[in-house]
Amino acid sequence: MLAKRIIPCLDIRDGQTVKGINFLDIREVGDPVEMGAEYARAGADELVYLDITATHEGRNLFASLVRRIAEHVNIPFTVGGGIREIRDVDPLLNAGADKVSINSAAVKNPDLIGQIAQSYGSQFVVVAIDARFEDDDWYVYVNGGRIRTERKLFEWAREAEDRGAGEILFTSMNHDGTKNGYANKATADLSNNLGIPVIASGGAGKMNHFVDVFGQGAADAALAASIFHFREIGIQDLKTHLRTHNIPVR
Amino acid sequence: MKIAIVKYNAGNIRSVYFALERLGVEASITDDHDLLRAADKVIFPGVGEASTTMNYLKERKLDTLLRELTQPVLGICLGLQLMCAHSQEGNTDCIGIFNLKVKKFEKKLKVPHMGWNSLQQVRGRLISQDVEGKFVYFVHSYYAALGENTSAMADYINPFSAALEQDNFYATQFHPEKSGPVGEKILKNFLDL
Repeated sequence: MLAKRIIPCLDIRDGQTVKGINFLDIREVGDPVEMGAEYARAGADELVYLDITATHEGRNLFASLVRRIAEHVNIPFTVGGGIREIRDVDPLLNAGADKVSINSAAVKNPDLIGQIAQSYGSQFVVVAIDARFEDDDWYVYVNGGRIRTERKLFEWAREAEDRGAGEILFTSMNHDGTKNGYANKATADLSNNLGIPVIASGGAGKMNHFVDVFGQGAADAALAASIFHFREIGIQDLKTHLRTHNIPVR
Repeated sequence: MKIAIVKYNAGNIRSVYFALERLGVEASITDDHDLLRAADKVIFPGVGEASTTMNYLKERKLDTLLRELTQPVLGICLGLQLMCAHSQEGNTDCIGIFNLKVKKFEKKLKVPHMGWNSLQQVRGRLISQDVEGKFVYFVHSYYAALGENTSAMADYINPFSAALEQDNFYATQFHPEKSGPVGEKILKNFLDL
C-alpha cells in the first residue's frame, strides 16, 4: 500500500537552515546537510529545501549545497527558491536534486511548468502555491506571500496539473505559523479534484493535525518545519501515532 | 571491483553514483562499449521517456551491448522498463531481456505512482528475504506486468513487477538509490553478487 509521506522543510539562507519565528526574527537552526541526513535516519520520507537567500553569493552557496545534500542524503529531496527560468533547473538536476519546486515564477510565467515537465518529466516539477482565504475565496499570493494576485487556488492548481505539474504543494497562509492544524477542507477539495499528489503545508502543531490532514484533508503528504526543527514532534513518534490511527506510513 | 553506470540522456544518474559512493564504491559513468564490457557489474539507471531513450540507445548500439553482457546488470526505473520487450509509452520496442509488456496505469488513482510502497512476495538474489514487506521509493506512470521473472511485486491500482530477475539480469522499478537503508541493502546485494 502506498504510504502517506512526512516531509520536513528546511529554509536555507546563506547555506544555513533557518526558521522564521516571525518576519523579524529568523533563527539559525543548523547545518542543512547534517539535518537532512538526520531526518532521513529518523524516518522522514522526503525533504524540501527552500532557498530564501536574496543575494547572488548566497545563490551560489545553495547550488553547491544541493550537491552535498545529494551526496549525503539517501531519500528524495526537492529544491526550490530562485528558479526563474528553465536554464536555472539544469544545474540543480545535475547536482542531484530529485525535484524542483516553483512558485512565483510559475504564476508569472506559466509556460515554465510545461517547459520543465517536457525537459525532465512531470515527476520533476512541484508547483508550490501560497494561498489565503479572504473575500470568500482562496487567493494565490506570490513573492513569499507579499503580493496578492487575481488567481484563485483551485483554478490555478488545475491549470498547473494540465500544464504538466507532477505535484502540488499547497500552503494555507491563514494556517501557516498558527500551529492550530492544516487547512483540511481546502486540502481535501484540492486532493479529490486533482489527478496528482497534494502536499499539505502550514499549521502543524500536534500529531493529531497530521491524522486530520491525511484523513479529512485527503493529503498525500504533509510538510512541516519548526515542529521538527525544534524537536517538538519526533518523526518516529509521529509515524507510530499515525499507524494507531490506521494511516498507512512507512 | 569495477562498477560502470551506463551514461545516456537520462536523469538521476548522479544519484546512483552518490548512492554507490556512500557504500564505498567509486563507479565510472560511461557509454564506452569496451569499458562497459570490461566492468565487473553494470548499472542501467534512468528517468525519462521510453521511445526517445530507446532511439538514443540504438544510435549508440547500447541496446545490443546491454543484451550481450554476461556480468550482473541492474536496471533501475526506466531501465527496468527498457529491459522488457515492449512499452506502451510511445509504442516502443525495447531491449527484450525480460519477456514482458510495459503498460500505463489506468487513472483509477493518482498517476504517477509516487512515494513509498511495500515489496511483496520477494524472492531471488537481489531482493533478499529480509526486505519482504519493506517500503521503497517509486516514481512512475508505466509498469511491467507480473511474470515468471518477477522477483518482488508491489500493488498500486493493480499488482505489478517491482523487481525482475533472470540469469545475470536484475531490475527494480523503484529507486534503491533513494530508498534509505532498504535501498542500500538491495544495492549492497547487487554489489555482493
